[in-house]
Amino acid sequence: MTVTPAPLDVGAGTVLKLQGISKRFGAVQALKNIELDVRAGEVMALVGDNGAGKSTLVKTIAGVYTADDGTMVFDGREVRVGSPAEAQQLGIATVFQDLALCDNLDVVANLYLGRELTAPSARGRLLDEVEMERQSWELLRQLSAKIPSVRIPVASLSGGQRQTVAIARSLLGKPKVVMLDEPTAALGVAQTAEVLNLVERLRERGLAVILISHNMADVMAVADRVAVLRLGRNNGVFVVSETRTQDIIAAITGATDNAVSERAARRSREEGSAS
Amino acid sequence: MSLHGSGTRPQDANPDQSDGGEPANGTTDAAQLPADLQDERLIARRGVSGAIAAFTSRLRSGDLGSVPVVVGLIIIWAVFQVANGSFLSSRNLVNLTLQTTSVGVIALGIVLVLLLGEIDLSVGSVSGVAGAVLAITFVNKGWPLALSLVASVVLGIVIGLFYGLLYTRFGVPSFVITLAGLLGFLGLQLLVLGKDGTVNLPYDSALVGFATRSFLSPAVAYILIAVVVAAYALTRLQGRRARAAAGLSSAPNSVIAIKAVALALVLLIPVLILNGDRGVSSMFLLFLALVVITDIAVRRTRWGRSVFAVGGSVEAARRAGINVRMIYLSVFAACSTLAAVGGILAAARLVAVSQASGGTDTNLNAIAAAVIGGTSLFGGRGSAYSALLGALVIMSISNGLALLSLDSSIRYIVTAGVLLIAVTIDSLSRRSRQAHGRA
Repeated sequence: MTVTPAPLDVGAGTVLKLQGISKRFGAVQALKNIELDVRAGEVMALVGDNGAGKSTLVKTIAGVYTADDGTMVFDGREVRVGSPAEAQQLGIATVFQDLALCDNLDVVANLYLGRELTAPSARGRLLDEVEMERQSWELLRQLSAKIPSVRIPVASLSGGQRQTVAIARSLLGKPKVVMLDEPTAALGVAQTAEVLNLVERLRERGLAVILISHNMADVMAVADRVAVLRLGRNNGVFVVSETRTQDIIAAITGATDNAVSERAARRSREEGSAS
Repeated sequence: MSLHGSGTRPQDANPDQSDGGEPANGTTDAAQLPADLQDERLIARRGVSGAIAAFTSRLRSGDLGSVPVVVGLIIIWAVFQVANGSFLSSRNLVNLTLQTTSVGVIALGIVLVLLLGEIDLSVGSVSGVAGAVLAITFVNKGWPLALSLVASVVLGIVIGLFYGLLYTRFGVPSFVITLAGLLGFLGLQLLVLGKDGTVNLPYDSALVGFATRSFLSPAVAYILIAVVVAAYALTRLQGRRARAAAGLSSAPNSVIAIKAVALALVLLIPVLILNGDRGVSSMFLLFLALVVITDIAVRRTRWGRSVFAVGGSVEAARRAGINVRMIYLSVFAACSTLAAVGGILAAARLVAVSQASGGTDTNLNAIAAAVIGGTSLFGGRGSAYSALLGALVIMSISNGLALLSLDSSIRYIVTAGVLLIAVTIDSLSRRSRQAHGRA
């Protein structure tokens, strides 16, 4: 097994850097000495088996949990994030798996929920629906999002479109880091591709994207680097262009000779002999 | 192109057209279209016929809005008019507006609570105790009228905040909290009223005058209508200009004009009839003003948007940074305050407060009115106008049956039937909306 560690580049471009993050729940050490750095304009995939600590790490970064130990450096400053609102103010946006959209409200209302624009003509008391709608279209066009109308309830959108709305909403706060928790879970083939395109567009905008996914195909398709967690510890950071899927899977499962990697190796052999 | 059919517009058909040729060709169809109409999947609906087509397709998908209640109201009025020719007389309709007001004001509070997906069963008791506090402080203690009014309204606010605190701090279901309130404040009302049980308000006091003898003169009523219609048309035209400036689609002038004329007729015809007798009651006008203010508050302010969001998904609202606790507190407070105001108006109109004030009737009528008017019991859907329409339905039934000299037994049965129909329509349309992706 060859683990290719990414060059430790702490210099320019690093937006978020975690050092020695640990988190315990009672007798369980959920995270131990996690190191992670994410650069601007980079998609960092976070992978690991069930219970590896991905969700705990994401929630720690998002301010849902506070770390017991370790430091977080954001934009060159050491920060402590006490609540999700603080994380958002700093510029760390998170799209959780359940998206947290209000089905009864339309796309514009969902995008601006909690930070509605108000019309100066009414001394800031009434909502400025026109400006919100205009900016919604602008944002959705920038993301090349395929939403037919922003004045229909979110309930009538497809899974991919709902994911798009949730991601677009996270961008309104002008974040530097966007964390996506399983954005392609439960999506069809075309919708998954749509969301992956969206992730690439976030990267083009110079955002640092942290992508949590179980789907290795998605990870290999869109990520620049992959950080593997195993049993709450770092288990290697891989540069996607220089790594094979099997190596990452080996790091996830913690063994080179296991059912998954054997199977993958056998299949690649068979494909190789077939062609 | 042909795939799209005549009703749709291609967004980027013939992209090569935009590259070469004259500058006029440089702007394709898409560039000329408003930003919100560029998607090729959208079905084009323009002009008056487009507005009508959009309306009917909305109805078909189960987004009924206030259509069922308006239809129901017309049927009820027609039936009663056939049964008793004096039902739609000016005199009786003026009575109907007076009867509707207090229930309507209370129902307005219920609408707010229902928007959150909660319920307040105690509005009747709260209205009763507010009336009792007003009567005792004003008549027996000799307080100035203004002070008594303030005391009653503040009592409503305090009760609502108390409910909100219980709900947000301890998570007690609103059904149980307000059920306790229903009993508790009925007890408080009996306690406040003491042994006599009935307190008469002085007939010549300003409050009773406002509720029973104050009517708009015809000229004032017509001027008011003109002002309202002009304000409506101006707002719509301003909105149209703002949308056009922002590159968005907007309703054509013809649609705005038709809507303004329809509004004028809806206001003018009832006022013409009411002016045949005493005219538009000031108390009813107060109710209408409260409805309009509530409508603007829930549709056009951040607070109202938050109320709808909490009613749709509490967790999503919390994650969006909405102060959910404050929303619950403010809505429960607003509901109890409106209940107190309704109680004051009821006391003023009946010129007395008794142990029966705000009894079971008031409570159930107000809740039924909000639901009949089209506010969903499931939260996140509804409109302030449902309080007005629902209260009109409820009070028309009670008024019409009284004209036919049928006693309350029949009235209860008929009201129950209408309520059941309304709730069934709500549930059915909810299912249909889900099937049509509009839930």
